[in-house]
This record gives sequence, C-alpha cells and structure tokens, in this order.
Amino acid sequence: MSQHNITDSSLLLSLLLVVIALLISQKEKLGMSKDIIWSVCRAIIQLVIVGYVLKSIFDLNNDWLTVLMVLFICVNAALNARKRSLNISNGFVISFVAITTGTTLTLTILLLSGAIEFIPMQVIPISGMIAGNAMVAVGLCFSNLNQRFSDNRQKIQEMLSLGAPVKMASARFIRDSVRAAMIPTVDGAKTVGLVSLPGMMSGLIFAGIDPVKAIKYQIMVTFMLIGTASLSTIIAAYLAYRRLYTARAQLKF
Amino acid sequence: MTTDYPLLDVQGVTFSLQGRMLLAPVSLQLNAGERLLLTGPSGSGKSTLLKILATLLEPSGGQILFKNQNIASLKTEHYRQQVSYCFQTPQLFGDTVYDNLALPWHIRQQKPSRDKLVESLADVHLAADMLDKKIEQLSGGEKQRVGLLRNLQFLPQVLLLDEVTSALDEENKVIINALIDSLVREKHLAVIGISHDGQEIREAQQVLKLEAPEQGTTNEPA
Repeated sequence: MSQHNITDSSLLLSLLLVVIALLISQKEKLGMSKDIIWSVCRAIIQLVIVGYVLKSIFDLNNDWLTVLMVLFICVNAALNARKRSLNISNGFVISFVAITTGTTLTLTILLLSGAIEFIPMQVIPISGMIAGNAMVAVGLCFSNLNQRFSDNRQKIQEMLSLGAPVKMASARFIRDSVRAAMIPTVDGAKTVGLVSLPGMMSGLIFAGIDPVKAIKYQIMVTFMLIGTASLSTIIAAYLAYRRLYTARAQLKF
Repeated sequence: MTTDYPLLDVQGVTFSLQGRMLLAPVSLQLNAGERLLLTGPSGSGKSTLLKILATLLEPSGGQILFKNQNIASLKTEHYRQQVSYCFQTPQLFGDTVYDNLALPWHIRQQKPSRDKLVESLADVHLAADMLDKKIEQLSGGEKQRVGLLRNLQFLPQVLLLDEVTSALDEENKVIINALIDSLVREKHLAVIGISHDGQEIREAQQVLKLEAPEQGTTNEPA
C-alpha cells in the first residue's frame, strides 16, 4: 500500500482556495467573509483536536473508551438534530434515542457479520458516518413534521373531529415526513459512483487500495446508511408526532 | 327518553390566548332535538366556542357537561364521535367521494357498504355515480355536502355547524338545511350552528348572541 502524506507546505498552499472564496465574497458583496473565516477556523481547530483524540484512542485500544466515543458522537449528532425540532418538545431526547438506536443496530449488524472489527480504528469512523447521516435524516424529519402539521392544521383537526385517534389523523403526515427525510440518502445511493466517489471509497483509493476492493466497503456503507436513515427517522417521527398534540388530543400549535 | 339534565351543559366557558380574552364567559344548555343558532359580531368567539365544544381547543375557564359528565373526564375520541364539528370549508381527503364517506367507517374499524354510502348521497340530492367522482371535480356546494355527509355517516348526538351554508348558493343552502331539519325532527339530533343569515336567525328555535369579549360581557341565553 502506498503511503500518501500531505505536507504542511502543500496544506498551506491549498489555503489559497479559501482566499479565492473570500475574494469572491468581497467582490460580489456576499457578506460571507466573516462566516467563511469562522467556519475555516472551526474546521481546523475541530479537526486538529479530533486528530489527536483519535490517535490517543486508537493507541489505547480500550473497548469502553471506544463505546464512550460512539456515545459522544451520538450526543453531538442529537444536539445538532434537535435544532430543527422547533415545536417538538424533548427534541434532544427523541433525537438521541433515534440516532443511538439506529447507530447501535447498524454497528451490531456490521460487527456480527464480520464486515468490521470491534477496534476503535474501525468502529469510530463508521459510527461517525452512520450518526452523521442519521442526524441529517432526523433533522429533516423534524422540519418536515413541523411544516406539514402547520400546513395541514385543518385537515388534521377535521380527522380529529370525526373521532379519529391522533395516530390516524397524523399517519399521512408522518409517512410523508419520513419519506422526505430519506430522499437524500436514497438519492445518494442511486448516484453513488456516478456523480461522486464517496468518502469511504475515495479514502481507500487514496490510501492505495484496489478500487475493486474499495467498492466493497462503499457498498457496505450504502447499506448501512439506508438502514440507519430509515430506522432513525421512523423512530424519531413516531416519538415526535405525539409531542405536537396535548394530552387531550388537541393540536398544540 | 327524557332526562333531568341537558344533553350539553356549557357553564361559564371562556377562552384566552396569550393573555387576551377571545371568548367572554358563555353558558348554554342544549337538549336532544333542539337547534341553537349562534350569532354575534366578528371576533365574538363563535367559531372558538364550537371548537371548544368539539374539544379541538381547551377552554381557559368554565366547564362543559355532556350527559351530565364533565367532558374533560371522557375519552376524547368517543366524545368527538358524539359531538361532531363540521368546518366552514371542509377539506376533503383522498381521491374520491368514496374515500371521504368511508373514512368515518375506517375510524370505527368497520367496512362501509356502498349501498349505505349511496343512500346517504341521496339525502343531499347527490347521484349514486358521485361516489366514485374525484374530489377535485366537485363544485363548492358538492364539497360542502360531502363534508357534511362525512360527519353524518354515524349520526352524532350533537352536530356543530360552523357557517356551513355561508358560501353556498340558495339551492345548496336549502338542501343542507332540509337535511338538518329532518334529522333534528326525526332523529332528535341537537344542533348548534353559526349563521349571519337574517332569515335563518328569524326562523331559529333558539338564538344566542355572543358579544365581543372586550366589553367584559357574559353570554347567557335570554
């Protein structure tokens, strides 16, 4: 396997790309210069910290520490997904349960099938990919639920006034929200390899792995992303919709 | 069957939102076979009162008894099947008229019979072939009639009508009013409706005029 090391000087030179973005922002008066500088600084600091933290965890190779790191990833993903919960109370708990369940189940299947080994070097990056995807899907699911419940207030109330249970009155909107939340993952799977060479596969090819072997990992990633997105959004949607009603089956908002 | 308590007993019900009173205290009583008309200026809380009676909104004060039981202690779904609210402009579900008329059956986990659905269409002067008609092909009056029939598939004890005839032409108004009148007379349906129509108000058995809540009034039957 050929080693590819990016040198500090080449990294610095690639900073030119950010300068181009800043120049465009200035020239076109986009007002994004501060945002660009802030996001680049955050990315550098976060990645440097993560790099050293991961190196230490990989060196220690401790099972509990690995589990703790997976939980840390899930907590952060849930904190981010919660931002889209708006009218849904307990957004963090719902996101955490949905993301952690999806991540745990997918990891378990990958481990039991022997696709990956329980070592931090494999479990942690895979967890990040799974939880990150679940985070986006759960966040989208929350946004969609809020939007659909607000747009279809009268329809829901009409169902309720006919004596329908809240689950029945919400079913269509839950289904639509889950579907909309899964579209990016499903569409991503449809175009994988055609539009972009995804991260896992690109990384392996970069590291000198035979592309034919690299696709096996990418296929596994595709499976796990679809599985996690569907499981996490279903859990999130069914835990969240009830929060849009009072205990007396009235719409809260 | 006569009882010594009214079918619906509304006692000093109020509604406020974010500190602003939207419905001044209302008290009213309604028995089976009675028809009450709510009138009053815009903003007096007529629709709000109907939605509270339908348990779609929670009152800020007062209480409502249905058959002498506080509705807060009743199972909401069962209560709503007995006290049914019909919207001013009903939104129809699914693709066809059938989907809408079958819905109350599905809610009760029963299979609708096409004959019964066709029969109910005849009650509001709609032909049998209307059952499979797409909802986007219906006129405003037809939609309103289908919306009302949806509430009447299983006859409730109280029907709450939120200006259901306000946007309709004379022909549709007559059809809907005739159906309601016959249900009140023959099946002892109790009805609370909202109307601004002078003729409907003159002909009504009972009228309750709600006052704008700003005036600090209470709304009680004369």
